[in-house]
Amino acid sequence: MSLAKRIIPCLDVDNGRVVKGVKFVDIRDAGDPVEVARRYDKEGADEITFLDITASSDNRDTIVHVVENVAEEVFIPLTVGGGIRKVEDVRTMLNAGADKVAVNTAAVFNPDFVKEATDRVGSQCIVVAIDAKQVSAQGEPLRWEIFTHGGRKPTGLDAVEWARKMVENGAGEILLTSMDRDGTKIGFDIALTRAIAEAVSVPVIASGGVGNLEHLAEGILEGLADAVLAASIFHFAEYSVHEAKEYMAESGIEVRL
Amino acid sequence: MSLIAVVDYGMGNLRSVDKALEHVATSGQRVCVTSDAGEIASAERVVFPGQGAARDCMRELKDRNLIEPVMQAAREKPFLGICMGLQVLMSRSEENDGVDCMDLFKGGVRYFGSELDRDNSEELLKIPHMGWNNVTQTISHPLWHGIKQGSRFYFVHSYFVDPEDEAVVAGETTYEIVFTSAIACDNVFAVQFHPEKSAADGLQLLKNFTQWDGK
Repeated sequence: MSLAKRIIPCLDVDNGRVVKGVKFVDIRDAGDPVEVARRYDKEGADEITFLDITASSDNRDTIVHVVENVAEEVFIPLTVGGGIRKVEDVRTMLNAGADKVAVNTAAVFNPDFVKEATDRVGSQCIVVAIDAKQVSAQGEPLRWEIFTHGGRKPTGLDAVEWARKMVENGAGEILLTSMDRDGTKIGFDIALTRAIAEAVSVPVIASGGVGNLEHLAEGILEGLADAVLAASIFHFAEYSVHEAKEYMAESGIEVRL
Repeated sequence: MSLIAVVDYGMGNLRSVDKALEHVATSGQRVCVTSDAGEIASAERVVFPGQGAARDCMRELKDRNLIEPVMQAAREKPFLGICMGLQVLMSRSEENDGVDCMDLFKGGVRYFGSELDRDNSEELLKIPHMGWNNVTQTISHPLWHGIKQGSRFYFVHSYFVDPEDEAVVAGETTYEIVFTSAIACDNVFAVQFHPEKSAADGLQLLKNFTQWDGK
């Protein structure tokens, strides 16, 4: 009887449609975020995260409608990230039905943004997304830096220090993605996850690199994350969220089943 | 049409509370998000949600002249407090260096950070207490109808209520320490967790509320 570790499926949304394809047999339209979200909810997802990857700012409103539609029928916490630049964007997402908003690049270029946003809407609504890459060479003490633009641009900011600073500024949660592992399916960067989880007082969501259920359990047991986020292993229905939870429970992790 | 009023005092997003209530309301019920005292007075039942800091919540309630209408509703009709809508019913909160609250229930609102022994705990105890935790139903109550003992609900909070009168405790939750996660007294039921975000069990609780006569 205690707080459960969370499993969070993440949906990449482009122009209002889920991309990367989903192959659930019982889904009529695999690109419809509402159908996919409903399915994850049914499988026991603890939260759902939407990442808006729409390139054109003309089409940014589509994600707002996605959130509105999902919030009408899926009654678990919803997080939205991608393209959040102003406090006004945060408000728009919350009003559409999001419970939390993830910010990253905006926070890198204007650290006060997190302070401003949490003052307005409360820490519990602001997730700071951190994209980190290892910069230490072999043999050196491990060190990670913040990267922007999908991991292409270094910022020179130390990831652990940055996480601490974001929490000081009011972040209610950290969404930590290893840019070295993202898309590799070889597992989380455990050392990075653990370093951040131990450095901050707020919950940490581990992301980037999940290829199987063992990886999810490692993120919690070895990385000390409070939640694990994964996209592709759920998208392609390699595993259901329910199977993931059963595996975690067998590994001795407290989950909501 | 009987009215379910969701009190809007500018603290937090009420859309999910609104949508979840609409999802479970019967065809003869209408849900309305309102800051109008008349509408709150004419409602058959009242939901009092809230997010954010205690000081801001109390200030907004005062600025909108909503303290008395909310207190009146809590005295006479089925009333459901959610999250900050539970905390501000207490006498006083530790948040923001101390804030006087509505004093419907005697007792304080305390910070997890001063209570948890985080240095000596085996786990990293994070604040806010965020996620799905078990709620032990300490009394039987119409709002627990159809919800299994120990079911998980979604929480996100850094402060918890500590009522003086143990008789009002309706549910408890453990986050290293045991804290009160639901209180019940006469026509008032109030919870620390978010039923509107707690999937099937949360919807069941809201459904129970829409059918509760307040006794």
